[in-house]
Amino acid sequence: MPTTSITINGKSHDVQSLDPEMPLLWYLRDELGLVGTKFGCGIGSCGACTVHINGLPMRSCRTPLSMLAGQEITTIEGLSGSDVLGPLQKAWVALDVPQCGYCQSGQLMAASALLVNNPQPTDDDIDAAMSGNLCRCGTYPRIRAAISMVANETLNPPTGVQIYDLETRNNLGEQT
Amino acid sequence: MSIEDRAMSVNRRGFFKISSALMGGILLEIHLPLVANADNGKPALATAFVEILADKSIQIYATSPEIGQGVKTSLPMIVAEEMDADWGDVRVRQSAIDKPTYGRQEAGGSESVRASWDMLREAGATVRLMLLRAAAQQWRVLPDTCATEAGYVVHSTSGRRLHYGDLAIAAASQAVPAKNELHFKEKADYRILGKRITGVDNFGIVTGAPLFGIDQKLPGMLYACYEKSPALGGTVVSSNIDEIKKLNGVVDAFVLDGNGNSEELAAGVAVVGNSTWAVLKAKRQLKIRWDESQLVPSSWSQDQLTAKEMMKRPGTQTVTNKGDVDAAFVDAAVVIEGFYQTPFLPHAPLEPQNATAWYKDDEIEIWAPTQAPHDAVRFAATIFDVPASSITLHQLRAGGGFGRRLMNDFVFEAIAISQKMGAPIKLQWTREDDMAHDCYRVGGFHGLKGAIDKDGRISGWQDHFVTYTTDAKKPARGANLNSREFPLALLDNAKATSSSLPVALRSGWWRAPGSNALAFVMQSFIHELSVAAKRDHLAFLLELMGEPRWLDPGNTRSLNTGRASEVIKRAAQEIDWGKSRLSGQGLGLAFHFSHRGHFAVAADLSVDEQKHVTINRIVVAGDAGPVINLSGAEHQCKGSVIDALSTLAALQVSFENGSIIESNFHQYPLLTMKQTPPIEVHFIESDFSPTGMGEPAFPPVAPAVCNAIFQACGERIRELPISNSGFTI
Repeated sequence: MPTTSITINGKSHDVQSLDPEMPLLWYLRDELGLVGTKFGCGIGSCGACTVHINGLPMRSCRTPLSMLAGQEITTIEGLSGSDVLGPLQKAWVALDVPQCGYCQSGQLMAASALLVNNPQPTDDDIDAAMSGNLCRCGTYPRIRAAISMVANETLNPPTGVQIYDLETRNNLGEQT
Repeated sequence: MSIEDRAMSVNRRGFFKISSALMGGILLEIHLPLVANADNGKPALATAFVEILADKSIQIYATSPEIGQGVKTSLPMIVAEEMDADWGDVRVRQSAIDKPTYGRQEAGGSESVRASWDMLREAGATVRLMLLRAAAQQWRVLPDTCATEAGYVVHSTSGRRLHYGDLAIAAASQAVPAKNELHFKEKADYRILGKRITGVDNFGIVTGAPLFGIDQKLPGMLYACYEKSPALGGTVVSSNIDEIKKLNGVVDAFVLDGNGNSEELAAGVAVVGNSTWAVLKAKRQLKIRWDESQLVPSSWSQDQLTAKEMMKRPGTQTVTNKGDVDAAFVDAAVVIEGFYQTPFLPHAPLEPQNATAWYKDDEIEIWAPTQAPHDAVRFAATIFDVPASSITLHQLRAGGGFGRRLMNDFVFEAIAISQKMGAPIKLQWTREDDMAHDCYRVGGFHGLKGAIDKDGRISGWQDHFVTYTTDAKKPARGANLNSREFPLALLDNAKATSSSLPVALRSGWWRAPGSNALAFVMQSFIHELSVAAKRDHLAFLLELMGEPRWLDPGNTRSLNTGRASEVIKRAAQEIDWGKSRLSGQGLGLAFHFSHRGHFAVAADLSVDEQKHVTINRIVVAGDAGPVINLSGAEHQCKGSVIDALSTLAALQVSFENGSIIESNFHQYPLLTMKQTPPIEVHFIESDFSPTGMGEPAFPPVAPAVCNAIFQACGERIRELPISNSGFTI
C-alpha cells in the first residue's frame, strides 16, 4: 500500500481519508489551520500560495494531495525553523515591506528558495526568481531591497526607522 | 455645563461614560474606570482611543479599516504624538466599529488621515493633560511647571520624573479637560510624526498569522460559495442542485432569489459544505440555466464605435461654457484635435472577496475585510429587516481594497447563506467570481479640440466627454466631469459637454476615482498643445498655473496653483529636465490634483524599434501637507506608481452580451518585479493640514509616461492601455 503521509514543517500528517484532488493550499488552510499560505487566483499565476516542496518553491493551489506522498513541505509558519524570525522575515519587518501584506508569505517563500540555491543573487537573479509572485500593492522595490539586504548580510534597519514590534526589535539585536 | 457634569451613568462594564460633543458633532467618548484597579486585568486608564495597561504599555485603537494604505499604523501615531508617548510602549489594536464613538470609519477617498486628524490629536492631548495634572497633584506643584517627555511627566525645577504607567490610575480620576484647555505639540517637537515607523502588523504578516478576512474561523463554521449569473441581474430558471447536494463534503445547495438589487444581493445558487475545497469543487459542477431575457446585452466593441459616432455632435449635458470658445478657434494660430479613450477596469485586490457571517435568532454577527463597515451594517439592517443595533461587525484586515470593498455585496451574500443554514458560514469567492462580479471603473471617451493663439498660449479648449451610466440618469461612479476639473477652471475660453452610454454592469470607485482616467486625457492633451505651440512643456504648464492662488478663492480644499507649481518644478528638477537625450530616449511630465493632494510625476524612458519601453526612472513630487509616517507615505506613492504603470501598460477588461471576458490574472497581467523601474519620491511638506497618500500619486503617472513616449519615438498614445497600440513595458 502506498504511503499517504506527508511532512509539513517537520510534522508528519496522514491524508488518507481526504479527497486526493484537494489542493495542498486548502488542506493547509482549512484542515491544519496554517492560514499564512494564501488563496489568490487558484490557477498558479499569482504566487500568493507559494510553499516549499522538497525545498523548491511551488504553487500549493495547483498541487493536489495525491502528488505529495512522502514529500517534505515547508510553509511560512515553518520558515524560521526554531527561531522566531528568519533573516528574510527580519529584513521584511525592518524595511517595512508589506502594504496590505496578503502576497507577502508567498513572496517570502519564493525569496528564501532563491537564497538557498543562490546566496549571492544579482538584481537580475532576484527579478527573475521573484517575477512570478504578484503584488497588487506594488511593494516590489522593498522586496528587492530586503532580499539584497539578507544576501549582503547587512541586516540592520536603515537609520531613522522605528521598528514597531518588541519581539522583532529584540531579534534584530536592538537595545530596547 | 462642564464636561464632568455630563457624566451620565455607569455602564455595564463598570466605566463611567462621559460624552462630549467635540469635532463638529463627532462624539469623543471617554471611558473612565469606576474603581481603578490594575490587578484585575482592566486598564488603569481607558478612553475610547487609548488605554494604559497594568504593565505600563499603552494600547491605542486604530479606528479605520486597514486595506494596505497603512492607517492601522499612521492613525495611532497621531494619538501617540499628541499624548507624547514613547512609541516603544505602544501596542495597536483595531477598534470596534462604532460610529457614535469614532465617527467616520471608512477606507475611501484618501480621507482617513484628513478626516480624523483633529479628533485623534484631541484624543492624545486629552490623555497627556490628564497625566500631567495627575503628576502635578502628586508632587503638589503647579501643572504649568510640569512637562511631558516621551512617556514621562517631568518636573522641570526638581527634575522628578514619573512614567505614564505609574500615573495612569491617578490620571483616570482627573476631570476630563475641555477642548479649549488642550495644548498641541509644535511640529518641531514631534518625536513620532514624520518619522519612519514600520507597520504594526508586520510581525504577523511575515509569520503567517491569521489577520485577514479569509483567515477567519469559528467553531461549527461551514464554508460556502455562491454562483451568480454571468450577466448582471440574471435569475435562476433551473439548476442541478439535487445532484450537487449528493457530492462529498457538500452539506446543502440552494437557490437564493436575492433582493432584486444586484448592487446588494443578486440571485444565485449557494453551495455549503465542510471545507472550502468541497464547495469550490462542487461549484464547478453546477449546471444553471439563467433567465437573461430582460437584460441589456452590453458590448464594449459596439460601445467604442458608438462613442466615435456620438463625438460628431456636442454632448447632451453642458459641463461648462465660459468665454467665447468659438471665437478662440476662429482666431487661433493652431488648432488640434484628439480622441482619447480609457478602458473598463476591475479592482482585483489579491484577496478574493470573502466574509464570515452568523445569523442568529435575534442578531447578526459579521467578520469582514470591508472598506465601508458602517455601510455594511446599515444596508444589512434594511436588506434583512433587523435593527442596526442588532448587527455587530468585526473589522478584519483586507488583502487590498482599491475601492472594491466600498461595496459590501459579499457581506450580504454571507449573511443570506448563514440565515438559510442557521449556522456560521464563511463565504469564499473565487478569482473568477471577483473578475466577473466587480463594480468596475467604467471606460470613457473624450473628443478634444484645443486652440493656440499667436503668443503660443492655450486660447480655447473644447471637450465632449462620453461617459457611462448604469441607471439611465446620473454618470456611473467616478465617471463624471465637473466644471472645476483641471484645466477647465484655469482657462478663459472653455466648453465641455457630456453624454452617457448605458451599461448593464455595476460601477465602482477605483483608486483615485475620476482622476485615474481624466489625468491621462487632460495632461496628455496639454502636452499635445505645448508641442503644437512649439513651447517647452514645463514652461507651458507653469504658465497655465499662473500666480499662486486657491482656484476656488477661500476654499483650502481646492487646487492651489502655487503648490502645484512647486511640485511641477521639483519633479522637473529631479528628472533633470532639459538634459541632452540619447536617440529613443524621452522625458515626460504631468501634474494632477486629486484627493486634495498636489502631485507631479516625471518619467525618463527609452523606446526601441519593437516599441518596447524601458523606464529608466520615475520621479514623484508631492505636497499632501506634513507627512505622518515617512515609511508609509513613500511606500504608498511608490505603490501608486507601480499600480499606475501596471494599469497603463496592459490592464483592461472587455464585455460582450453583458458578460466580462477576462477571468483571471493570466488575462489581467499585473506588473511584475522585473518590469518595475527605479522610483524616487520627494515630498514638499507644506504647513496645510495633512491629506491622504493612498491615491494622489497615481493619476499623473500615465500622462507622464505617454508624454515621454511621444518625445522618445514621436507616437502619441491616446488610448489606454498602451498595449493596444503595440507598446510593452
